[in-house]
Amino acid sequence: MDSHSIATTPEMLPEGADSHAHPAFLRHHFESVAQQREAASFGMWIFLLTEIMFFGGMFAAYLIFRNWYHPAFVAGSNTLNITLGTVNTAVLIFSSFTMAMAVYSAEMRRKSPLIAWMLLTIVLGFAFLGIKAVEYKEKFTLHHIPGPNFSIQEFVHPSNPKAIPLAPDMAEKTQIYFSLYFAMTGMHALHMIIGISLLFFMVARASKGAYTEGYIMPVENFGLYWHFVDIVWIFLFPLLYLISRYR
Amino acid sequence: MSEKNDPEHQEQHIVGPPIYLTIFFCLLVLTAITTGVAFIDLGVFNPIIALAIACVKASLVVLFFMHIKYSSRLLKMTVLAGLFTFMLLMTLTMTDYISRAWGMW
Repeated sequence: MDSHSIATTPEMLPEGADSHAHPAFLRHHFESVAQQREAASFGMWIFLLTEIMFFGGMFAAYLIFRNWYHPAFVAGSNTLNITLGTVNTAVLIFSSFTMAMAVYSAEMRRKSPLIAWMLLTIVLGFAFLGIKAVEYKEKFTLHHIPGPNFSIQEFVHPSNPKAIPLAPDMAEKTQIYFSLYFAMTGMHALHMIIGISLLFFMVARASKGAYTEGYIMPVENFGLYWHFVDIVWIFLFPLLYLISRYR
Repeated sequence: MSEKNDPEHQEQHIVGPPIYLTIFFCLLVLTAITTGVAFIDLGVFNPIIALAIACVKASLVVLFFMHIKYSSRLLKMTVLAGLFTFMLLMTLTMTDYISRAWGMW
């Protein structure tokens, strides 16, 4: 019998030792459920801080190159589909709401709503990735993927009458814009794919009653992760789509 | 240390659907506003307004969806420490790049 099972089966303890009675999910190195919960949240936030720094490096690169090659960044930004970008922002915010409701359902120990909200979050995650895939495909069609097949045609001889034609050397710099666009949205999409995979795993566990008997830290910490991914997009959307529109 | 800020003796505050729905609605409205403003020419204020709205949206998500408004001081300080370090990274990096070719841009 290990120390944990001793600590979690108070009826087997000797007389007078039952002051240590506590829920089975409370690990013996924590004093209380609240302390265990606090430690788990703290650890998750430390991880999210490293994620801020990870995305922060790309945001710093974006700001510097945007200042260096401003005309190229304006031209590149205007080839993005603002309607799809806005719809995707709404989809992601909706998925954050459904995930928040999943955490609430776990706190209320309601199994079916928990599973339903997590499944809805999965559906919205796939909707976001699907719309993103449509946008990526358009970039392939237009030869706006950085590399040997990149075409500067649209930037030297723009089809949009509001656009200012770029000199060929500046038009080449739109590749830097698209490199950052694919790096940032790509890393964001990878975070979504990891999140959706974790959601499938958690739905399977939740259907066995894993998170509705008091211990909800996996759901709560995953919620923090999912909201963080939402926040990254909240900043990517204006920087990549909005701030350089032709008016 | 008062009871209120002692994480070991704190009752878990559960945020309910009315608050989540309100925040969800606010975030959608702010998204609509930021997209609309992008088509109005405000000169240098376009990026400033867009980023300000993004900061408001991010704050709403952190405070309510991520429960920081109802969390212990330790977690509040953790979030602030992260933002501070991020601002340090940005400020020092941008200071360097802006001052390198001073007057040539």
